[in-house]
Amino acid sequence: MPTARAWREYPRRYRYEAAVCAKCGKWFFPPRLVCDACGHREFEPRAMKRTGTILTHTVIRVPPAPFKDQAPFAVAVVEMDDGPRITAQYVDWRAEQLKVGQKVRLEFRKIYTDGHAGTIQYGYKAVPA
Amino acid sequence: MRDVAIIGVGMNKKWGELWEMSMRDIFVEAALNAIDNAGVDHIDSMYVGCMSGGLFTGQEHVGAVMADYLGQCPVPATRVESACASGGAAVRAGFMEVASGMSDIVLVSGVEKMNDVSGDEATYALATASDQEWEAFSGVTFPGLYAMMAVAHMHKYGTTIEQLAAVAVKNHANGAMNPRAQYPMKITVDTVLNSVLVADPLHILDCSPITDGAAAAILCPAGRAKQLAKNGAPVKILASTQASDTIAYHSRSDLTSIESTVRAAAAAYKMANKKPDQIDTFEVHDCFTIAELMVMEALGLSEKGKSGPAVQAGQTAIGGRTPINTSGGLKSKGHPVGATGVAQIVEVVEQLRGDSGPRQVKNAKVGLTQNMGGTGASSVVHILEVM
Repeated sequence: MPTARAWREYPRRYRYEAAVCAKCGKWFFPPRLVCDACGHREFEPRAMKRTGTILTHTVIRVPPAPFKDQAPFAVAVVEMDDGPRITAQYVDWRAEQLKVGQKVRLEFRKIYTDGHAGTIQYGYKAVPA
Repeated sequence: MRDVAIIGVGMNKKWGELWEMSMRDIFVEAALNAIDNAGVDHIDSMYVGCMSGGLFTGQEHVGAVMADYLGQCPVPATRVESACASGGAAVRAGFMEVASGMSDIVLVSGVEKMNDVSGDEATYALATASDQEWEAFSGVTFPGLYAMMAVAHMHKYGTTIEQLAAVAVKNHANGAMNPRAQYPMKITVDTVLNSVLVADPLHILDCSPITDGAAAAILCPAGRAKQLAKNGAPVKILASTQASDTIAYHSRSDLTSIESTVRAAAAAYKMANKKPDQIDTFEVHDCFTIAELMVMEALGLSEKGKSGPAVQAGQTAIGGRTPINTSGGLKSKGHPVGATGVAQIVEVVEQLRGDSGPRQVKNAKVGLTQNMGGTGASSVVHILEVM
């Protein structure tokens, strides 16, 4: 991944920076420039709390090229306690913790290495809370 | 707005791993078949649906490549991209060009050459139809996203893996009667459940394959269709609609519903002035077995959460109340992503003309196609009626 493209997202991937619509209060992660609920264009930056709940999940057994060495790995849709939803890898779980409704916490982890001499991409993964 | 008709359709002799054919050859074979089937001596304009010529073959600017090798320069030629709904969107672009009066005879088509890259590269290319920064970044694949739909649907409605498998069994039974299908073999529920897991709970036989293929159709004003059509009854396009939804699956208000299809279908039923029970045959986007179940619910062919039992009861088989994917669907016929939406039109036109041989739906007069991109961020619906 080109360095600028990764760098631009560090505030989201490292610090969970979201945007809250200054008019209607809807949370957006990642931030965007216009609110899809009320059309307002001003936002207040705010970091999300790192806790949430699994809404659905899977175990990826046939990975895309950059994740070849990691499969099988679990992925989940998580609804954060502040409202936004994310897709993240789910790690460090025991069998009974791979379920809808499981409480999770986001942790800073290595996501993948970009080619043989490329940048290491970091971001968040979910772990059981 | 003028009424628009389809006067010719064409595909490749066979879809699958077409090692001897380049992307342009695959396209030209299908396009020539459509031109010959219509019996027209020229076209005024053309649209080519193609999801990722760049990632699959290194070739962008696909519209011009195809116009050149079809011997149609200097007609306007534009590539249309809406991920796996590229074909449906190309049909819709051509529909609007004819309806508007800008052109009379328009070729609408789709092509994808997917087997020139390795499996993990193809998986990567397909995953670019999801949210690249906020879904694919975490390693989730397309089967993974649809697997999460399946888990959500199973959790909410009690849908079972046997019901998912029943979709694949039904579509392979239809595809076994389609000489163009990539995998024209019958399978059983046990074959599906004993096949390798791709993304839990989806097995490889819940997934559509990697396919090389193309499809094409010739559109003209409905008022000229009977005079122009040389081989088979013209088919009128009663509705052509499209809707979008959030690019990321996780942002959908209901994780068990494909809202873009709900919206596009509601608009199409209104535009065509038809209800679901007035439609005789359906081609829908079964990229994964769970997709066909959720699309049934979105099209109003089943109550929410009841699609699985409806498939097991035979509602969607040929001879059932709402036959779905008589062609074999994406599952058995194959899924060259940019071509799929056009191939659905080819199947429905042949059904409405009575040309479908052993898989013919009796007295089919009206048909519907539903084509979607990504996890349902784009949906295109067409309703067709034989003239």
